[in-house]
Amino acid sequence: MGFVARLIGKARRSSPWLLHFDCGSCNGCDIEILACLTPVYDLERFGVVNVGNPKHADILLVTGTVNQRNRQVLAVLFEQMAKPGVVVAIGACALSGGVFREAPNVLGGVDRVIPVDVYVPGCPARPEAIIDGVLLALEKFREKE
Amino acid sequence: MEVMLTAGLSLATLPVAILLGGLLSGIDRRLTARLQSRQGPPLSQPFFDVLKLLAKERVVTNPWQAFAPVTALGSAALALVLFAAQGDLLVILFVHLVGGVFLVLGALASGSPYSQIAGQRELWQMFCCETLLFLIAGGLYLSTGSFRVSGATGLPAPLLFRLPLLFAAFVFALTVKMRKSPFDLAGCQHAHQELVRGVYTEYVGPHLGLLEIAHWLEVVLYLAVGSLFWATGWGMVLLPLAAFLAVIVLDNIAARLTWRWMLGRGWGVAFVLAAVNLFWLKG
Repeated sequence: MGFVARLIGKARRSSPWLLHFDCGSCNGCDIEILACLTPVYDLERFGVVNVGNPKHADILLVTGTVNQRNRQVLAVLFEQMAKPGVVVAIGACALSGGVFREAPNVLGGVDRVIPVDVYVPGCPARPEAIIDGVLLALEKFREKE
Repeated sequence: MEVMLTAGLSLATLPVAILLGGLLSGIDRRLTARLQSRQGPPLSQPFFDVLKLLAKERVVTNPWQAFAPVTALGSAALALVLFAAQGDLLVILFVHLVGGVFLVLGALASGSPYSQIAGQRELWQMFCCETLLFLIAGGLYLSTGSFRVSGATGLPAPLLFRLPLLFAAFVFALTVKMRKSPFDLAGCQHAHQELVRGVYTEYVGPHLGLLEIAHWLEVVLYLAVGSLFWATGWGMVLLPLAAFLAVIVLDNIAARLTWRWMLGRGWGVAFVLAAVNLFWLKG
């Protein structure tokens, strides 16, 4: 790997900007995600910034089940992200639909609509698990073309 | 020969200014984190951010969004080089103004309501900053008999003692230019709910990276103007540094105000202070 490629990889590893999308979660996982940005866990020490704009995001964090009404929104958000980017599904609902998987309007997990790179289980997922998932996503982000 | 040497030295300040601007941005993030009982990112964080952005995909919905960042960066860089060459402060301010106008043009070229609102606010912010900076140039002229930056160096006493109220106006302009609370109305990182990212919302990847560098250069240019108030010895470093740190502390203790407040109370008071200082010099 050339010097420039290594430098870009290092920059990506050090500067992940997150977009958080609640796809129909009960808010449990969302509270844990926001807890990661507070003084206790302080994700910003890894360079993480919580952005409100898919165009600026590198990592898309999705919580909650995908249903017929929000599948389009999720797909559009993913499409608006400038490539390369990675997707992290957080919590039982985002992984498989969770307890709602049999509901008539629920499609299931996030990977039914967009490709998912990292799965973080839990109901709700613990902040430690989320940080672990984000750091794993960073490794994938570094290697993406 | 001497002209070539001056030009070469002035151009050499550009990479130094980029390094300094990024470092100041890193200090800002680190200090802000510490004030919020967090550890904060490393000082090199802004450089990694920009490198990552430059290596991302280009997404453009309107050609202006590709043209504006280059112009903004070019104008900020040229203004800074002219400053390093000890040129005319009025020319420097006009050159610097061009970049701001193109940033707003690029933002307004998109249909996004966030860009539109922030573009209008950015125009008011530019009005606030630039009028005060032109009055500072006026103060420089009344004190030294010249608009040239070189006039401020080699004075027996620092200009601060003759222009104290203009310095207060300068700190207000610096707060607005650095997009810090209470005047982070048009493009700060912390207003997701209201503005997403303000004027920067529709700039993506490499274009956003160029604008980030342009903003560093603008902040360095403003601090350089601040250094004119104490253009001898260590004062020329310490005075702008003190102003910079004061702005960051203010950012952490103040809430966002409206653009009407900024214009009516903020700019109104700063303008009166600056005008009183000028009349005092004249009389």
